[in-house]
Amino acid sequence: MALRHFGAAFAVAVGMAASPALAVTEIQWWHAMTGANNDVIVKLAGDFNSAQSDYKVVPTYKGNYADTMNAGIAAFRAGNAPHIMQVFEVGTATMMAATGAVKPVYKLMQDAGEKFDPKAYLPAITGYYSTSKGEMLSFPFNSSSTVMWVNLDALKKANVEIPKTWPEVFDAAKKLKAAGHATCGFSNSWVTWVNLEQLSAWHNVPLASKANGLDGFDTVLSFNGPLQVKHLQNLVELQKDKTYDYAGRTNTGEGRFTSGECPLYLTSSAFFGNVKAQAKFAFTAVPMPYYPDAKGAPQNSIIGGASLWVMGGKSADEYKGVAKFLTFLSDTDRQVFIHKSSGYLPITKAAYDKAKAEGFYKDQPYLETPLLELTNKEPTENSRGLRLGNMVQLRDVWAEEIEQALAGKKTAKQALDAAVERGNTMLRQFEKTAVK
Amino acid sequence: MQKQAIFQSKLLPYALVAPQLAIVLIFFYWPALQAVIQSFLLQDAFGLSTSFVWFENYLDLFKERAYFEAIVRTFFFSFAIAVSSLSFALLLAVMADKPLRGGTLYRTLLIWPYAVAPPVVGVLWIFMLHPSLGVLARYLRALGIDWNPLLDGDQAAALIILAAAWKQISYNFLFFLAGLQSIPRSVLEAAAIDGARPMRRFWTVTFPLLSPTIFFLLVVNIVYAFFDTFGIIDTMTRGGPGKSTETLVYKVYTDGLLGGNLGSSAAQSVILMIMVIVLTGIQFRFVERKVTY
Repeated sequence: MALRHFGAAFAVAVGMAASPALAVTEIQWWHAMTGANNDVIVKLAGDFNSAQSDYKVVPTYKGNYADTMNAGIAAFRAGNAPHIMQVFEVGTATMMAATGAVKPVYKLMQDAGEKFDPKAYLPAITGYYSTSKGEMLSFPFNSSSTVMWVNLDALKKANVEIPKTWPEVFDAAKKLKAAGHATCGFSNSWVTWVNLEQLSAWHNVPLASKANGLDGFDTVLSFNGPLQVKHLQNLVELQKDKTYDYAGRTNTGEGRFTSGECPLYLTSSAFFGNVKAQAKFAFTAVPMPYYPDAKGAPQNSIIGGASLWVMGGKSADEYKGVAKFLTFLSDTDRQVFIHKSSGYLPITKAAYDKAKAEGFYKDQPYLETPLLELTNKEPTENSRGLRLGNMVQLRDVWAEEIEQALAGKKTAKQALDAAVERGNTMLRQFEKTAVK
Repeated sequence: MQKQAIFQSKLLPYALVAPQLAIVLIFFYWPALQAVIQSFLLQDAFGLSTSFVWFENYLDLFKERAYFEAIVRTFFFSFAIAVSSLSFALLLAVMADKPLRGGTLYRTLLIWPYAVAPPVVGVLWIFMLHPSLGVLARYLRALGIDWNPLLDGDQAAALIILAAAWKQISYNFLFFLAGLQSIPRSVLEAAAIDGARPMRRFWTVTFPLLSPTIFFLLVVNIVYAFFDTFGIIDTMTRGGPGKSTETLVYKVYTDGLLGGNLGSSAAQSVILMIMVIVLTGIQFRFVERKVTY
């Protein structure tokens, strides 16, 4: 083949790639979902693409949550951000502060003329991603909450009832330890999420001022109050003889529940898939324990997981496609499908009701636990959610201090005071760089 | 003695050097310059609002106690990793240098760990020493040691030093072996005839003759401990518990990538860069001259 011809053919091929025959607008969707959850994403995109012919959603896996967020930020700086980015809940403040880098969902829907009723969604979930005026900034995609996973066989063997309050948990853990769980009576993943963030919301005490940061970046941390100190002090005492055994900052310790080592384990409700696949014992998930002497406890839990942010600077046509895709995701049957196949929570009231009506929770009551926690009471200033800048690093700082307390190097009070002080320094730094 | 190549045209030497220069400029000087510029700016993660703040990022760093702690920790780690890795590698090299059956096999096996990537090293050691999964952790518990690097900072530090030093043994071993094999046999034989025992022969003859190799490796090991341990720390402890395993290079990563504080992160990178320039300078000026070859 003559080189000239090859060149011509090559030019034609490039030209074809650049201008598809049917003017389909591509929507890039970057996400952090693996395994079964990745399959859900691929299926959702595929269903949307075959349901209409104007837009094509292209999902791309970008690594874990932090990696995905960093990739998105780097792409934005280089001027080629994706249209939709999955960002974990702790990245919310960072995304929100980036006025101009993101397109708020409520505005997107308005501009595109899509029908959109924020009241159709579960407030406990959307509140986390909305302004105090109720304007939805990002679209909740996969939400979870903290629950206590229980090894029923172990409890039966030790003749222990499922504990409901913290004092009961401590008692149960001591009995379980005596009955053979010598290395771990109870434990938890996500040390700060469970022992500071959720604990505060569940007991209706503030983690930070300004409604935990939802009402402004000039928020000040306040989780060194009597309740949080008491709780950490309890953990410190129990750590000494392994009635409680620290399992790390992230979810790397979760295998200790499924292997049967820790019979009581607090972590995300999204742990369900792994429990179902690996646990060789009867299990359930119950609401988080609470301190009965705390006024008004239990309040309601807050969510974990991630939401979809729409990036700024795209064309009106592309935004129309994104808006259509979000409407598509809000469909009741689709939400039920996401809920059943991933273990994440449905985000609309209709989907929740439908799953209930179908008897989905009858033989799997533990799947409803996080929803019952989230909707336990009308959210207050202290339990709508959190919005703190640099939350990823904040959590590391808090975890460092909690670890110091558990290792006996500081008292619980000293550790939480230091965590608050160091965290406030970081929040002020964030406030300086946040776009006004 | 001067080396001189004769080029016919004026441009040819430049043309020959150009690719190398281009690579150095693009992959080293350009990013380094970027880091220096970034370290004078205060910027949000998205680069939407930028303000020029002169040395504020540096001043903030020096006000931060955690930064000084990280410096001390890094030097301690580097020293511990270099010393333990060098001494063990020297011991192995001296043993492998003896004429023995299957010597080549031993040497090959000893070189293997060098081919393992740092994050993999981290994972390997975690599998052995993780408090709830580890094989070795069980034995330690059986011995009555309360092994819990998730909470005990000293144990976590020991873990990192152990894994990092283990990976570097192969590299050091190779150089030591080459160094040992270049020591003239006649000198050692003369010492033996004079009645010096093996230990004395080693300390009075072999060790001094190895000194250039030792110095070279010392610098290489310190630089390794400064930078290449990142993967090991990230997979094993992520800087925890508390801050007991957060070294300078890991802090650059957490502040910049996780914390989105690019200004501070860049300032730290610049300081690290200066440290390495100084180290290399020492190696060229001091070590190359003072050591008897």
